[in-house]
Amino acid sequence: MPVSSASSKAIFDALKKCDVRLMSALPETWLVHLIRMADDDPEMTLVRLAKEEEGVGVSAGAHFAGVKSAMLMQNHGFLASINAIVSFAHLYKIPLLMLISYRGTFGERDPWQTQGGNVTESLLRAMGVPYSFLDRADAVEKRIRQAQTLAESSLQPVALLLMRDLMWEE
Amino acid sequence: MLRFDCLRAMYPELENCLVVTIMGATAAELQSLGHRPNFFYLQHAMGLASSTGLGLALSLPEQKIIVLDGDGSLLMNLGTLSTMARYRPANLVHVVFDNESLLSVGGFPTATGAGTDLEGIARASGVPKVLAVRTVEDFKTAVDDALRGHQLTTIIAKVEATGPSGYVTDLSLLENRFQFRRHIQSLKRR
Repeated sequence: MPVSSASSKAIFDALKKCDVRLMSALPETWLVHLIRMADDDPEMTLVRLAKEEEGVGVSAGAHFAGVKSAMLMQNHGFLASINAIVSFAHLYKIPLLMLISYRGTFGERDPWQTQGGNVTESLLRAMGVPYSFLDRADAVEKRIRQAQTLAESSLQPVALLLMRDLMWEE
Repeated sequence: MLRFDCLRAMYPELENCLVVTIMGATAAELQSLGHRPNFFYLQHAMGLASSTGLGLALSLPEQKIIVLDGDGSLLMNLGTLSTMARYRPANLVHVVFDNESLLSVGGFPTATGAGTDLEGIARASGVPKVLAVRTVEDFKTAVDDALRGHQLTTIIAKVEATGPSGYVTDLSLLENRFQFRRHIQSLKRR
């Protein structure tokens, strides 16, 4: 499978360096290595979800407990979480570090991913969720730290979009 | 059985727990008994009180967590039962007040009034201990046992579809949220 192990490891290591100790996830192709790394690491609590919006509640609980968390999801999982982001994370000022695999953009071969790619950024903007891109392994650590810093200082959700150039090797 | 009587019966036991409730009547009734800094009322995001309880329970394994859920909220997020059952934190007690109604929005009947069995769904989802109760005495016993026990427990409490006349209180959502987190951090420093 041409999902980049090296980039996945760079992301996981960066999350660990930021003291992330709980990750919620719903599997998708680009996230397989990241989820396996979280599962294999005894210092990381991995919560495998049935649907992505549960992760907003799980991360809120972790935040109340003083534990830093991250959410791994596909952009369609972000679409499925919108009410929870608005009516929990925004309403109650809960910091969320969302890592969203950005499917359905240039290079996408799976027809079923393409509509989600069209709307992801415009929805993030409409919701007022600050976002940036992870597209180069050498920028991963700094950008994840910056994203978490903003989430914690502003007490709001922030999104990092995991790009094809970072996650997929072909 | 009235939810208010259940809440009154369990209220003394809540002192040493972290409590997460759903919105509407459950939040208002618990608050009317006396707010405490260890109570968090999730006044929207229906379905996620249990997910919040799960995040707390996994992050604070030494702390008892009680979620006060409802049939309408749980039906919006049935997957939470499978997620809770998967990790089955022993410090989590999940109470579901089932009044077969979306009471807070005008009393529309939910599927539990038409045969949907939350006790069966919870059990089949893998929750290790599941009980359904119909009297305050049984409710109190179930809660006491769950708090003393060491396994994830879901208690389905069949209650009447009645509640207070209003749901808005003088506790702002953000005040509640910051107080709750600060309370937990003060527990950790002890």
